[in-house]
Amino acid sequence: MSEDGHHPAAMSPVEQRVAVLEALLTERGLVPEGFIEEITRRYELEIGPMNGAKVVARAWIDPQYKQRLLAEGTAAIAELGFGGLEGDHMVVVENTAAVHNVIVCTLCSCYPWPVLGLPPAWYKDPPYRARMVREPRTLLAEMGCHLPEDVEIRVWDSSAEVRYLVLPQRPPGTEGMTEPELAGLVTRDSMIGVARL
Amino acid sequence: MLVDGIHDLGGMQGFGSVVHSPAEPAFHDRWEAVARALMAVVAGAVEASGGEFRHSIERMEPGHYLTSSYYEHWLTAAATLAVEHGLVTRSELEARAGGRFPLSGPVLALPVADAGPDVGEPRFGVGDRVRVRDWHPPGHTRCPRYVRGKAGTVVRVDGTHSVPDIEAHGTARRYEPTYSVRFDAAELWRDGQRGASVHVDLWESYLERS
Repeated sequence: MSEDGHHPAAMSPVEQRVAVLEALLTERGLVPEGFIEEITRRYELEIGPMNGAKVVARAWIDPQYKQRLLAEGTAAIAELGFGGLEGDHMVVVENTAAVHNVIVCTLCSCYPWPVLGLPPAWYKDPPYRARMVREPRTLLAEMGCHLPEDVEIRVWDSSAEVRYLVLPQRPPGTEGMTEPELAGLVTRDSMIGVARL
Repeated sequence: MLVDGIHDLGGMQGFGSVVHSPAEPAFHDRWEAVARALMAVVAGAVEASGGEFRHSIERMEPGHYLTSSYYEHWLTAAATLAVEHGLVTRSELEARAGGRFPLSGPVLALPVADAGPDVGEPRFGVGDRVRVRDWHPPGHTRCPRYVRGKAGTVVRVDGTHSVPDIEAHGTARRYEPTYSVRFDAAELWRDGQRGASVHVDLWESYLERS
């Protein structure tokens, strides 16, 4: 749409094809009223990395929760009210001083929706999917995550039903912080494993 | 004949840098949300399994796949399934679009009539050495090309899940255990990076004892 909102710009070819399919399926009565708005609302407001950040912050302050999270990810995440599609079989992998974990989906774009939301474009595009399994150390460094040579890298390719979440290390100097303050430190990238905190 | 799809990108070279952004909206434009919703509509109407849905993207023409965005993949797949299941026709799509409406290529695998018995008891345990079968099925599979023929170690045994290679091609289903298998980078790549391993989640029938 143009800036004043009165003169819609010409549709791009893909936008036009979406409109064609939408019209045909709507004419056949297959698109329930308000369905598209419902999808938008659900993915824009209800899920996102703010959910995963709460899980991480809880694990940082509660050792018993952390233990449950690493042993039975799905159930521990459900304790905080998160779960559902693409989050039914969660495995949480822990970063330590010696081990760094990172998630990829080489075949498509599998991603733990309930805790991280929908995947960013770069996660779904060919460079990340092609390179993370072959040259993780190089690619992580290119993305700003410089790991000492002696840190082991574990790449997790989400090729079946399990979806992964990285538990980042708690940053030093955060001892006095509250759980919500800690959650505010946790980034999407740190839970994918392309950044350290 | 396209046997191994363009989607199977692990280890391919020449794609360049990752164009990273620290935060993104769920949808960059309204049409992306519409495309997502339409796929949900079509998949629901035709009762597509996860395997059939994924395969409808994997069958895209390789050049189109690599030059189009994620939600254009979904649109193409939704339109393809809608045509294949008789919800709309290709000529209707093209008439309204005023030209070509690219769809995914045909299914090359035969429908699976007999899925065989479910497998309840895992054949492998944590620590077992396994080798991935070196095969090139004509249909959908979740066995990435870069691990085929490679040896690794089972690090986790997960529950039983429907085999995608079967569910993508008909109504038959077979449930099998899946495993997380750890491969050293050196086993996968001649130029494998030091101190790195890749874990791939694989169905039992993709594996044999090593």
